Amino acid sequence: MPRPILLCGALIAAAVALIPLVYLGVRVAEAGGERIAEELFTERVAVLAVRSLGLAAVVTAACVLLGVATAFLVTRTDLPARRAFTVLAALPLAVPTYIAAFTWVSSMREFEGFWAAALVLTACSYPYVFLPVAAALTGADAAAEEVSRSLGRGPWRTFRAVTLRQIRPAVAGGALLVALYVLSDFGAVSILRTDTFTRAIFVAFNMGFDRTGALVLSSVLVVLTVLLLTGESATRRRHERYAPLGGARRRANPIGLGPWRWVAATGLLGVAAVALGVPAVSLTGRLLEGTSRPEWIDLVTAAGNSLWLSAAGAALTLALALPLGLLVARAPGRLSAVLERLSYLAHALPGIVVGLSLVFFGINVAFALYQTAWLLALGYAVLFLPLALTAVIGAAAQSPPALEQVAASLGRGRLSVLRTVTLPLTLPGIGAGAALVFLTCMKELPATLLLRPTGVDTLATELWTKTTVAAYAAAAPSAALLVALSAIPTWLIASRTGILDKNGPA
Amino acid sequence: MSTLVVAQARKRFGKVAALGGVDLDVPGGSLVAVLGPSGCGKTTLLRCIAGFERLDAGTVDLAGRRLAGPGAHVAAHRRGVAIVPQEGALFPHLSVAANVGYGLGRAERAAGRIGEVLELVGLAGLGSRMPHELSGGQQQRVAVARALAPRPPLLLLDEPFSALDAGLRVGLRGDVRRALREDGATALLVTHDQSEALSMADQVAVMRDGVVVQAATPAELYRRPVDAWTAAFVGEAVLLPGTAAQGRVECALGALAVEDAAAEGECTVFVRPEQLVFTDDDAALPCTVAAQEFHGHDRLITLHLDDAVTVTARAPGAFAVKSGDRLKVAVRGSVRVWPGPAVPAIS
Repeated sequence: MPRPILLCGALIAAAVALIPLVYLGVRVAEAGGERIAEELFTERVAVLAVRSLGLAAVVTAACVLLGVATAFLVTRTDLPARRAFTVLAALPLAVPTYIAAFTWVSSMREFEGFWAAALVLTACSYPYVFLPVAAALTGADAAAEEVSRSLGRGPWRTFRAVTLRQIRPAVAGGALLVALYVLSDFGAVSILRTDTFTRAIFVAFNMGFDRTGALVLSSVLVVLTVLLLTGESATRRRHERYAPLGGARRRANPIGLGPWRWVAATGLLGVAAVALGVPAVSLTGRLLEGTSRPEWIDLVTAAGNSLWLSAAGAALTLALALPLGLLVARAPGRLSAVLERLSYLAHALPGIVVGLSLVFFGINVAFALYQTAWLLALGYAVLFLPLALTAVIGAAAQSPPALEQVAASLGRGRLSVLRTVTLPLTLPGIGAGAALVFLTCMKELPATLLLRPTGVDTLATELWTKTTVAAYAAAAPSAALLVALSAIPTWLIASRTGILDKNGPA
Repeated sequence: MSTLVVAQARKRFGKVAALGGVDLDVPGGSLVAVLGPSGCGKTTLLRCIAGFERLDAGTVDLAGRRLAGPGAHVAAHRRGVAIVPQEGALFPHLSVAANVGYGLGRAERAAGRIGEVLELVGLAGLGSRMPHELSGGQQQRVAVARALAPRPPLLLLDEPFSALDAGLRVGLRGDVRRALREDGATALLVTHDQSEALSMADQVAVMRDGVVVQAATPAELYRRPVDAWTAAFVGEAVLLPGTAAQGRVECALGALAVEDAAAEGECTVFVRPEQLVFTDDDAALPCTVAAQEFHGHDRLITLHLDDAVTVTARAPGAFAVKSGDRLKVAVRGSVRVWPGPAVPAIS
């Protein structure tokens, strides 16, 4: 493929990814220092900051504890039914937080506030720590631990000195994901009436159309996100990514827990009951209450809208990711690395910020797009470009240049090589990436709320609207459908870590 | 029969001159090995012949047809030059038969060429397997069969055995050599393994720093290397300082007969370890066994001569000695010398 076309496409992709950030900066700068200070240095912003950061801290700490403990139990001990517990610990990812919040609210009165939000977010997010740590523990070479034991260190000292050091990058990565997620979460905190930045931004925008207020709050949220990211990379030591030496690795012998294994199993069952049991029971109960005919019509319309809006989002995202991904995979260099980084930048932005900034971008710059599905598709593209990019780069690696050169040396021209070698090898990966983006678009809430054309309801916004007026039974079918759809990407992610393999922890 | 002629091939990557004017002939129907240490430019040469890289200067002709030269660059797929890459690079989504048939037209596929070449590489009946179901050695055989199938005017083998176990490697070398010969193929093998080059090739071209320093038959190369570096690169070499005069050279091993009778003055003396023999002859030099490496069929014995010079001798495996043994050693046959002081062994 000719380079200039790839490069053009890649530049467009990076530019699109940067729209929200750049536009946010421009608008805030326009507001002027005085106006910003007026909005910024208020008691309300201070309270919001403390609450948002406090929530992120509490949930991250809880997730690390829960995630590492569960991962250790299922990978390194003789816990009963380890494979079942592994699946149970990965499954909460399939429950979007706003649906978990909905199930709790609809089954328990007065369930709201900081600690309610902390409980729901922890139950939904601890797989972010569990999955990478379990994968690291499964992949860690037992030989290092055996060497430590042979040099006279007991099991506990070996765990601290060797095992913990090996899994620390995984723990840090997972904790970062949780913290970023909690800062950006909108649905759960809103349903549980916990005022954090995301909820305040939405209220400022929705109620008073208070542009400057919403923009300043968004900027603070972006600054917090960036601080978190730089803080993490600054504390991460160099050379912390350990490559296993040599090919053959053996797994450690499981640690015998004795009678404690039943205590541990009971504890994990309790966690699963909170994270999965409550949503499942509550949803089933609401579904059994039944749904009226007009509500069914709404549901079918919403499902249809979800389908085509997500399809448009996935198509646009993939169209942007393809040239950039191919450039990164096939022409690695400084330029392609910079473009790749830039496109990942927007991924850390909360959906509500991307949505808000694109709304103003639509009104003031691209009015032709405003109130059309394409602005929403653009929002999805900004949010999920990295997801598609990872898939494209991975897929391109499936067809290394060596294979194409062999094909050329056997007398096949460019088109023939593309048809017989490159496409058959890369399409499955790209297809899986497209499906992942599609499903992620389906359950996206905050950007969809802000960017959807007026009057167009998707499954996610339908659920949101019904929940805000306490029409829980009417919201249940959308919720159930969304959980079913979310289970697919969760399964993909979990199986990719390798912990569900036959030779996995079970 | 097709003949490959490379003349004055030059290629730079930025500041690095990968090829500094390479000349190479591959006569039709023969196997020529390009032997050199890593970084000598041999892989770049292969990629330029295949058409994956453009030459800066020089020409490549195959069977009288200009493939590359000033103003000419035939695309890789129009060259009729099939490659066997280092890791085999089988198409993972195609069966063995489909891999082998990839370069064939429909008629040739129907004519049974796939089965023919699979049999040639010793894989008859495995056509329906998928690449991941094969061992590393079998995958490499399929890669060779795939390149052989369309009867290309030239085959390029890029260190095709380097990823395999030592035992497997030796067997596969012989089989591939036989398959190439039975099919009448013209082939160029690139390798850094001297025993591979010497055992397989009709001609060996030794490359260093982007140029061919010597091209000769394996026996000629081993016996008469052009310089001390080449001597040490293609096998074990004893290199000693000496002074030549009137057809003889004076060195630590005594006064030895010189091949090139015209040599005069200060020079480097080159002796292969198998030229050193243990004897009770009066003229032989006393020495002490310092160390030894046992290889089964033979053993390499490190000797201290009495004037503190160290040399290496090759003896049959059954020749039992131990460190500290006193022996007497002499040189058999004439030796080769190069003007100038002895250079240290290759780095």
